[in-house]
Amino acid sequence: MATDKVVDDLDRIDRRLIDRYQRSLPLVERPFAAMAEELGLDEQALIERLQRLCDLGVVGRVGAVFDHRQAGASELVAVAVPDHRREAVAQIINACPGVNHNYWREHRYNLWFVVTAPDSTSLELRLTRLEAELATPLLRLPMVQSYHIDLAFALPWAELEEA
Amino acid sequence: MIEAVTSTAERRPASPLQAQDRRLIRLRACLEQGLPLVPEPFKVLAEQTGLSVEEVRTWIGHWQHSGFIKRFGLVVRHRRLGLAANAMVVWNLPDDRVDEVGRRLAAEPEVTLCYQRVRRLGWPYNLFCMIHGVRRVRVEAQIRALIQRHGLEDVDHQVLFSRQAYRQRGGRYTPEEP
Repeated sequence: MATDKVVDDLDRIDRRLIDRYQRSLPLVERPFAAMAEELGLDEQALIERLQRLCDLGVVGRVGAVFDHRQAGASELVAVAVPDHRREAVAQIINACPGVNHNYWREHRYNLWFVVTAPDSTSLELRLTRLEAELATPLLRLPMVQSYHIDLAFALPWAELEEA
Repeated sequence: MIEAVTSTAERRPASPLQAQDRRLIRLRACLEQGLPLVPEPFKVLAEQTGLSVEEVRTWIGHWQHSGFIKRFGLVVRHRRLGLAANAMVVWNLPDDRVDEVGRRLAAEPEVTLCYQRVRRLGWPYNLFCMIHGVRRVRVEAQIRALIQRHGLEDVDHQVLFSRQAYRQRGGRYTPEEP
C-alpha cells in the first residue's frame, strides 16, 4: 500500500465507475464494453481500470453479493479477550471456515466477527468447534429482523478528499 | 439457443436454495468469488460451470430479480477508501418499541445497516445500527443528532468504533465441492 490516501489516486472516471456500477452490471455478452461505452472509454481501458481498482484494494471483487438469509446461515459473534491475546485469537477466528468479517472494536467484547455456512447445521458445528478451540464463551447474536442492509451507499468523495 | 433457455425455465426450482443442480451451485460460487476481468466474463463462467452463456446470464438476471442476489457489481472496500470511522451503535429498546425505532433509524441516510438481534445475559442490546464515516468526530455528531431526532435520550446505548479489520470480505456460503 503505497499511500494511505488512496482516494487521491482515483480520478473522475474511477469515481464514476464506482458510483455507477455497485448495484448491477449489463448482462450482455461483453459487459465491460457496454460499461466502457457509457463512460466514454474503450473496453480494454475499462478492464484495466477495474484491475487497477482491485490491485489498489479499493474494489474487493466484481461479483455478486447474495442475500445471506437465502444463501445460507450466518451469525454475528463477539468475544471478550485480554488485550495481549487479541491478535492471536483474531488469527484463530480467521482460520475458522466461513468467517467473512472480523473486527477489533472498542469494548470489553473486543472481537466481533460473522460466521457464515451453507446451512444452520454446519454453522452450529463451526461455532461449537471454534468455542472449544478458543476456550472462551462466544456471545452469539443471531438476527431477529433486518430493517436495512445496504453497503452500496453513495460515497462521500469530497469528505474523503478532505480527510 | 432457444432450447437452452426453455430447458432452464423448466428446471427452475421454486426456491434457489432447493437447487440441486451442481452447475448452479458452481455458478453461485463463481459469482461470490468475482468475475474474471476479461472481455467475455460470462463465457468463462459458462466454461467453469458447464452452463451455456445464455443460461449464465438468465440465471444472474433471475437471481437479481428474485432478490437472491442483492447486488451485482463492484464490491467496494470502504475502509481502504478512507471510510475508517465505522461505528456500531447498540441500543437496549423496550420490546414494543424496537420495531418502530429500527424502521425509523433504517430510513436515515447515514445508517448503512440496521437490525434487531436477540438479547443475551449480560448483553441487553437488541437493536444494532452501523454508521460508516470518514472522521470519528463527524460520526459522533451524527449519532448525537440521531438520538435527538428520534427521542432516544433515555435509551441505554453504546457506541463501538472499530479499531482494525482483521478480515473484511464477501460471504462464502456455497458448500465446498467434494
